[in-house]
Amino acid sequence: MSERHPRLLMVVSCLIALVLSLLPLPHWAAIVRPAFLVLVVLYWSTMLPRAGGVTLGFGGGLALDAFQGSVLGEHALALSFVTYLAIRLHLLVRAKPLFEQSLFVFAALMAYEFLLWVIDGWSGYALSTPTRWVPTVTGGLIWPLVVGILGRFHLTR
Amino acid sequence: MAGSDLDRPLYGRGPSAGLRFTLYAILSILLMYYDRHGQLVHRLRYGMAAVVYPVQVAVGSPSLAWHWLTANLQSSAELRAENARLRNEVRELALKSLRQDALERENAQLRELRAALPPLIRHWQLAQIINVETDPLRQRVVIDKGARDGVHVNQAVVDSHGILGQVARVGPWSAEVILVTDPEDAIPVQVTRNSLRTIAVGGGSDGELVLPYLAANADIRSDDLLVSSGLGGVYPAGFPVARVIGVRRESSQLPAQVRAAPVADVERDREVILLQFSADNPAAPAPNPPIAPPAAAKGTAAPKVREPEDE
Repeated sequence: MSERHPRLLMVVSCLIALVLSLLPLPHWAAIVRPAFLVLVVLYWSTMLPRAGGVTLGFGGGLALDAFQGSVLGEHALALSFVTYLAIRLHLLVRAKPLFEQSLFVFAALMAYEFLLWVIDGWSGYALSTPTRWVPTVTGGLIWPLVVGILGRFHLTR
Repeated sequence: MAGSDLDRPLYGRGPSAGLRFTLYAILSILLMYYDRHGQLVHRLRYGMAAVVYPVQVAVGSPSLAWHWLTANLQSSAELRAENARLRNEVRELALKSLRQDALERENAQLRELRAALPPLIRHWQLAQIINVETDPLRQRVVIDKGARDGVHVNQAVVDSHGILGQVARVGPWSAEVILVTDPEDAIPVQVTRNSLRTIAVGGGSDGELVLPYLAANADIRSDDLLVSSGLGGVYPAGFPVARVIGVRRESSQLPAQVRAAPVADVERDREVILLQFSADNPAAPAPNPPIAPPAAAKGTAAPKVREPEDE
């Protein structure tokens, strides 16, 4: 079904990822929780760079800003940058084995988090706890799972 | 067909990804700038809060349902025990307030006022915390009362034990409360034991407060109760804020490192109280300055405690 409507699948998966990142969790789980929405946006921009494009990253980032109460535009800027990066490199990344993809995702998440950190500092919210960087690691680790799940829906059949 | 459209090569049609990214980046930076310095984005945020609120309620509903379920499945023995405990609490509170009227009259006499003062709290309102995660690095909660219920920015939020925080952003049906443990919040406090005044700043994700502007020889020790001092224009005077849990003095040159644990707890019963004050009561927050970020709050600190950190 999904090959006809990848855009629908894309939007639905992004919404699910958004809800996953909003679900109330115990403190330790909230710290290790990967940035689900970023992972899903990365998936779509490497696998189907035409479907969402940078617009998907910008929209997803705006949604994160609205829900997380950060400066409006903060996540939007960081996520559009990472999306742009993924679109430019999508041919390169797509051809790599999952393990190397994970490394790329880890680097992208680092760049994303670094941008957020810089903007936080600029907006008078300098907070450099090491816990900030934990989701980048868990995000890289969970990437094969994201590819597995989304690929099941979108590539087969 | 959408399918064939998606299969086309990426380049050579429509604005390129690079151009789009540049446009979005400029748009984001403009948004960030006007979010800090403009009115337009505030209106946009107000609208966004309205859109976001139903989703927040939906996301928070499973855990709300769980709370409701466990509350409803309590055995009658548990309920009886809780009832007894509550009765006890009511009796204690009643005893504490027995002499309240007399004390207030006495206070008015001492202050040589003809009429007794108006009550400090003019209006209070109960709000539920919506169980939804904001950034784990920030200490913020979303509540289910908004501008339609008369909530306004910088309104003080307490629970039955002490000050929780203040309203940071208001939507039509919801509001965002910034807790005193958030690093972006600072609260002017006073030590009850010796009336020492200082500023408590949120410690971040560990749910504590720090008192960064105290000299190494400042008279403060563990278990001191910190109450709000009434400066700063947001919180009233005399409400419990935190209890000191650790004091470290490394050298006489450096400020003392003081940590404090807030007395209020969002986890306790997921309910908060929004307060409005009568301006003519002396304990009401002074109406002048608007919200003071930590950097600006330094200026209002008592000059005595400022000297060491200026060196």
